[in-house]
Formats: sequence, structure tokens, C-alpha cells
Amino acid sequence: MSAITSLRPRRGRNVELLLLLFAVGIVVLAYVSVEAAVHDAVPAGLLTQAGGLLAIAIAFHLVLRFRVSYADPLLLPIATLLNGLGLVMIHRIELARPETSATAGMAMRQLTWSTLAVVMAVVVLLWLRDHRMLRRYTYLTGAAGLALLLLPRAPWIGREINGAQIWIGIGPFSFQPGEVAKLMLAIFFAGYLVQTRDALSIAGRKILGVTMPRGRDLGPILLMWLLSLAVLASQKDLGSALLFFGLFVAMLYVATERTSWIAIGLILAAAGAYAAFHVFTHVQERVTLWLHPFSAEAKAISTQLATGLMGMASGGMLGNGLGQGRPDLTPWAESDFIVASFGEELGLIGLVAILMLYVLLVERGFRTAIGVRDGFGKLLAAGLSFSIALQCFVVVGGVTRVIPLTGLTMPFLSQGGSSLLANWTLIALLLRISDQARQPIIEDATTGSLQAVVR
Amino acid sequence: MNAPIRRLAMLAALLFATLLISSTWIQFVDAKAINALPANRRTDLTNFNRERGAILVAGDPIASSRPVKDELKWLRVYSQGTRYPHITGFYSFTVPPDRGLEYADNALLSGSSDKLFYRRISDLFTGREPAGASLELTINPKAQAAADEALGNQRGAVVALDPRTGAVLALVSHPAYDPNVLAMHTSEAVGKAWDALLADPGKPLINRAIAGNLYPPGSTFKLITAAAALETAKYTKDSVLPGPAQLTLPGVTEPLANHDHQACGADDKTTLDHALVISCNTAFADLGMTLGADALRTQAAKFGFGEALRIPLPVTASTIPATLNEPQTAQSAIGQYEVRATPMQMAMVSAAIANEGILMQPYLVERVVSSDLTIIEKADHKQLSEAISPETAQTLTTMMVDVVTSGTGTPAQIPGVSVAGKTGTAQHGVGAAPHAWFTAFAPADDPKVAVAVVVEDGGDAGSEAGGGTVAGPIAKAVMEAVING
Repeated sequence: MSAITSLRPRRGRNVELLLLLFAVGIVVLAYVSVEAAVHDAVPAGLLTQAGGLLAIAIAFHLVLRFRVSYADPLLLPIATLLNGLGLVMIHRIELARPETSATAGMAMRQLTWSTLAVVMAVVVLLWLRDHRMLRRYTYLTGAAGLALLLLPRAPWIGREINGAQIWIGIGPFSFQPGEVAKLMLAIFFAGYLVQTRDALSIAGRKILGVTMPRGRDLGPILLMWLLSLAVLASQKDLGSALLFFGLFVAMLYVATERTSWIAIGLILAAAGAYAAFHVFTHVQERVTLWLHPFSAEAKAISTQLATGLMGMASGGMLGNGLGQGRPDLTPWAESDFIVASFGEELGLIGLVAILMLYVLLVERGFRTAIGVRDGFGKLLAAGLSFSIALQCFVVVGGVTRVIPLTGLTMPFLSQGGSSLLANWTLIALLLRISDQARQPIIEDATTGSLQAVVR
Repeated sequence: MNAPIRRLAMLAALLFATLLISSTWIQFVDAKAINALPANRRTDLTNFNRERGAILVAGDPIASSRPVKDELKWLRVYSQGTRYPHITGFYSFTVPPDRGLEYADNALLSGSSDKLFYRRISDLFTGREPAGASLELTINPKAQAAADEALGNQRGAVVALDPRTGAVLALVSHPAYDPNVLAMHTSEAVGKAWDALLADPGKPLINRAIAGNLYPPGSTFKLITAAAALETAKYTKDSVLPGPAQLTLPGVTEPLANHDHQACGADDKTTLDHALVISCNTAFADLGMTLGADALRTQAAKFGFGEALRIPLPVTASTIPATLNEPQTAQSAIGQYEVRATPMQMAMVSAAIANEGILMQPYLVERVVSSDLTIIEKADHKQLSEAISPETAQTLTTMMVDVVTSGTGTPAQIPGVSVAGKTGTAQHGVGAAPHAWFTAFAPADDPKVAVAVVVEDGGDAGSEAGGGTVAGPIAKAVMEAVING
């Protein structure tokens, strides 16, 4: 058959290397312009620092080249660029603050965590030779994810920071387990839904032309809804609740191909939001801030959103230039509001470029989900990709007044070790799945000819 | 599962599209409005980090920016301390800098004015540090000093104008304050100083010369009543008016009396000229009723009443009530009842009389000069109105000269110079000492300066001469300073 053609599969490793050099180059350039603006000099250890960064990136690239050679070539350069830009911005904000401030040394810590996170990603890649191995641990990861979610409420180690109880602390170390929980729950949802999708998708009866699920099949979504509400209630964490529930509904929809799940999810979310607004004063405050960020009553609650918006406005179209704005005036400019910091210094153009990097990352993830052949892989890749999109929407949407502000971190950009660990691991998983998605399958063992399945 | 994955990918793209729109809204569409928000510290810092233009009097800076090594980079320094606070205002990071030229001409001083557009463009290309424009004022430093020193510890205000151009030569309000204490960069100290100024019973932050609480003009208003009479052409300076010791007003039990409770002339009769010279209340009250409220109001409006000016400092409009019955008209004709005037307004009355009846728009800024010394703006002499005819102006001048040579205004005499003036003693509230007024111009034959002085609670309740003895010497000092150079 002429449908079977011989062609050399394109691995894209050289493209990846080129893009990676480009990414490192941009980060180094950004770093130099911060130093030039603040200290009027090129940093003394520039060559060592740039060399170190390049070495880490190249090392990761070599792992992919020899061990995961069909992996998507865009994921690593994008993650590297975002992580690097985040580092530069955190360093820049640290420079603007007094040396005695509580955040002193945060750039160094972020660098350490970045290195650890990359090492972690490499370890995951080397250990996980096939993503389907994860299916074995479906319920274990589910339980671990749940435990991590509830950990901040545990006595002794739970900590309330910035009004939300989403941290755990042991001694001087604090850790935000929500990000890791996101990853584990995505694995759990994928494993669980691939098992139960038949029951959830086929049974049911038609109401108004839409096939509605049976009552007993509503169990999982209701349970997830209640869990999200519990997170919201106990940890005052609007963002995580939204993220987990949205992720679950999206994956449910992918698994069952039934639109009715989306309708049910939206109704439940609306009901939850309505109830939360009436029950929790902090939700009402967030809504006030959202609707009238510059009003007197908003000022009495928090000036964070207002100052963040002022920062973005002062950046305008072209930005004030790296090191030349005042992002440090905004509280949490290095974590929740790092996007506003970029908007201020790189302008609308820079912010759009950064958002487009996320779009590329997310859509490459979806591309992987379409390309991979097993249901678990599809669900996992789609879930992970959508979680990044949803998280970006919740964070940037909160900062730019699309939705009320909630406390989530921007993947790769924001300061925070747990976030870096979780998101680099997420990239490792996507790389692993994409390796299978893009790998040629042997169509016919007798002829031995290859067919590229990558479209 | 590929179909729902594709749809989910579309949804993700849609979410990002929303973010692109919202970012564009904030950073492009709404940015200008957000930057202009009052509590925007970034905008404040941008302004502070730029060298602000100086405010100059006769070539010497009375407000200038000095580089310092802190976050704000430039410290605003007011070299003359308490001499000019009501002209300059203050430029403070801690308290809202909402007054004086620092506020009124902020766009020019900070360099953000559209008038500096081309300069900003060239800054962008040449890499030159952007800087604000400087203001060269019309103030005569000697007149300002004379007014400041003569007023001394008394509460009140002095305004001196060049009647030919409208240029403000002196503008003093007492008590004063030192704007340097508000311009400091230590917010705690500034906050304390600010609270102290707000709590001060003397209310030093109020600019009594152009705003403040608006004083009743008292007998200085008789100039306007006399002008209204002369403008009808039915009166001359020698017209005979009734001048009894007290005048019974229709429907009012309390009669209107002269200060000394004496008749203003033999047989209870006087002339217009003599009535002004001795400041006869009954004659002017009667004249006011004869002329009617409308005539008084029209004449007052021609002198500038009812108009809020910008010099560019905002000048509160002086007022005369919209409806007046007969006794109220009588009271208004002698500058009482609810007639209110700023010292600036009364200086404008004298200035118009001095300038052959033509009232010039007062202004404070002679030239605006950019930091590379190009002139951006030059004051043009603008005529505000033809308040009175040249003949009326001539007659009033003669009468005002008589006031100073032989009437209530003798303390304002300057040897060798013919001075035209009018005293005032304005009642304000029962038991309070009246405000002492004096407005004048000199030399009468070739006017170079018109002045108005008010001293709060400075008059003698029993004597119209109070305006002359208390406010007269202050006016004299200012006029001398201008005439003698």
C-alpha cells in the first residue's frame, strides 16, 4: 500500500538546541540590562553565571537527545526561558528592596530551587521510562494529593501567609503543597477516569436533547466539588479551589466526550461561588477589590491590586525598561504579581510575548495529548496542559481584573520552590508523553518500514 | 478522545485571548487614566525624579530643586522661607501639594505640560535628562518685602498690582509659613509640621489675599458706589447729597449711623467729594438706595466682582448678593451687609481707576522658560473690562487724592508723590474689632502701583480713621518700595 511510506522521523533535537541557546541568550541579556540599569555596570561574574545557566540547559538537552529523543522540542526552551525571566525579575525586585527586608536572598533561593527542580525533572524522566507506569499508582497519588491539600490545615505545620492558609512550615522551611497536589490529582484523575469513562459516558437518559448522566454517576463530580469547597472554606484559597474543580471537569469532559458534564460543572461552580460569596467575608472583599480597585473601601482592604494596575499602566505599551520601573512598590511583586512586574518593565509588548510563550507551551501539550495513543496518556497530557492554562488565567485574570484576584503563583515565573518543583516535574511528564506521541510505530513487523504518526 | 481535546485546546486559547485583551485594556487603553489617579505613587515618583523647574523673582530662585541622595532624588528648596509661601505653595511628597504655583502650574514645572511636547521629543532622542520649565514671576521683591515687613505680626493681606498691565507686584498673606518644612523628604516630620499648620488658629495655610474667608470691604466699596453715581452722568464730584448723623432705613428700626455719629456737613448736607473724603456712611447709603441695587451690582461686576480669576492661582470670586431690598442696598453701598471682597478685588478697583477706567487681568507669571532657556510662554497684557469711563476715572482720582491729602487717608501720604486712596473699616460680627482696609494707587498722575491692604480686627470700632492709621502705612510702604525702585 502506498499509504505506508518510508521517511526519517524528525526528532527536532537540533531545533531544540537552537531554541535553548536563544532562550539562555535572552535571559542573559535581560540580566545584563537589569544590572546596567541599576548598577550602571555589567555584572562581574556574568560569564560564570551565564555559563552555569547554559550548562544546566545543555545537560537537560543531552538527556533528552540520548534518552527521550522524540520529545517535543519546544517544551524545554519555553520552560527555560520562563524560569530564567522569572529569576531575573526576582533578582531585580530584590535589588530594589533594602538588604534587611524579609525577602533578602530570594533570587539565590530561587536559583537553588530552579537547579533542584531541573534535577528533579531529569530524575523523573530517567526513572519514568513509560508514562503508563503511573497508572499503577493511581489511588496512591490520589491519596497523596488529597493529603497534601489538607496538610496546611494540620496543627503545628500549617502556616497562614498573606491571608491564605496554603503553606506548611517545618522550621525555617516553608512549602506550598498545592502545586504538587495539582500534579498528583491530575495523575489520579487520568488514572481514575480512564477506568470509569465507559460508565460515565454511556449510561444516562436524554433530557432536552442532552444525555444526562445517571444519578449514581454524579458521585465523583459532587465529591470533587465538595472537596474544592472544603479547600476554599478551610484555607481561604479561592484560586486552588477553582483550579482543582476546573481541572477535574475538563478531564471528565475529555474522558467522556459528554458536554453535559461541563453544564453540570458550571452549575456547581456557580452555586459554589454564590454560596462562597454569601458565607465568606474574604470572598466579598475580593469581589469589592475586583469591581472597584481604586475606591476608598478597596483601599481599606488592600492596595495590592490597585498598585499592581498602576504599575502595569506606568509600563504602558513599551515598558519602563528592565530595572527602570518600580515593581517593588507592589506587594508580592515577585510571586502573585510578577506578571504585573513584567507588564511594568517590559510593557504590553513584553507581557504579550510572555503570555504567548504560555500559549505555545499549553498548545504543544494538547498536541501531545492528541498524538499519544493510550487513553491515560491523552487524559494526563490534556489535564496537565489545561491546568497550566487555567492557572495562568486565574493568576493573570486576577491581576488584570477579568476575575476576582486569588492567590496562585504563575508557573515558572513566580518565586517559590514548590511551584518550580511541581512545574518542572509537569514538564518532565509532558516530555515523556510527547516522546511516545511522536515516536514512530512499527506499522508492519514483516516489512520493517516506519510510519510517522506525527501529524 | 481527540475531539474534546481539540475543543479544550480552543478553550485554553480563548482564555489566553481574554488575558491579552485585559492586559491591552490596562496598559494601553486605560493607562493614561490610571497614571493620573491621585494616589498613584509611581506617577509621583516619576515627577519627583525629574528636575523640577524653578520659580524666580527678579532672577533669583525662590523655589528650586536641589539634588539629594535619596529615593526622591530632588529636594525642593524655598530660599526665602516665609516670604513667598502663598505664591509658591509647596511641593511635598507626604502631603498633597494642592496649592500655590507648585500646584497651579505643576504641568509646566514638572515638564509634563503639552506646551513642552517638542522639548520632550528632543530629550528622547538626545538622551538629555528631562527637566521642567521655570517660571519668572512679576513680583517686585522690594514691594513684597515691604508688604511682608509692614504687615508684621498682624493677620491680613496685601496685594499690589501694576495698574497698566495687571502684573502682580506683591502678594502677601499673614500669618505665613515656611514651605521648606513640608518639602522635606522625612515623611514623619512633614506629617507633624502639616498637622501643626492645620491646627494653627491663625490658619496660615489660607491665602487671605486671593481666597480665604472673603472680607466685607467696608468703606472701600464706596469707590464703587461713587463710580456708579458718576457713570450715570447725573452726578459730579460736587453734587450735593444728604449727610445726616444717622439715616433711618425703610422697615428697619436700627438707623444707619456715621462712625463719629456726626452729620457730614452743615444742614445735614454734603458733596460726593466730601462724603468720600470723610467716608460719610449716610450719604453713600442714601446714594446707594437712589441708584438702586442693580446699578451697584452692575458697577461691581465691571470691576470684577462675581468672576473667579486664575492668575494662575485661583482667585475666589468677590460677591454682592443677587437680591437686595432697600435697607440691604443701603448697607451694601457702604460695603457691609453680605458684600464680600478679596484684597485682590479691591486692588483691582484702584488699579482700574488708576488706568483710566480700564481693568487689566492680574497675572503672576511673566515668562515661562524651558531648561534650555527657550521662552515657552510670555504673558500678554489682557484687558478684563472697561470698568468706568476715563472721565469718571479722572474724577475718582481727584476725590481719592483728596482722601489722602485731607481726609481719612493721611497716613498714606508719601512726600513728593501724589497718592490717591480710600480707607475702610469693615464691621464683621458683633463685638469684634472691625477689619482695617486701605486701597490706593500712586503716583496719582502717573500710576505705577495700585495696592490693597486688609488688617484683620485692626480697625478702631469708633473711628473710620482706623483703616487709615492701621492699613494706610502698610500701603504707603509698598507703594514707596515700587516708586523708589
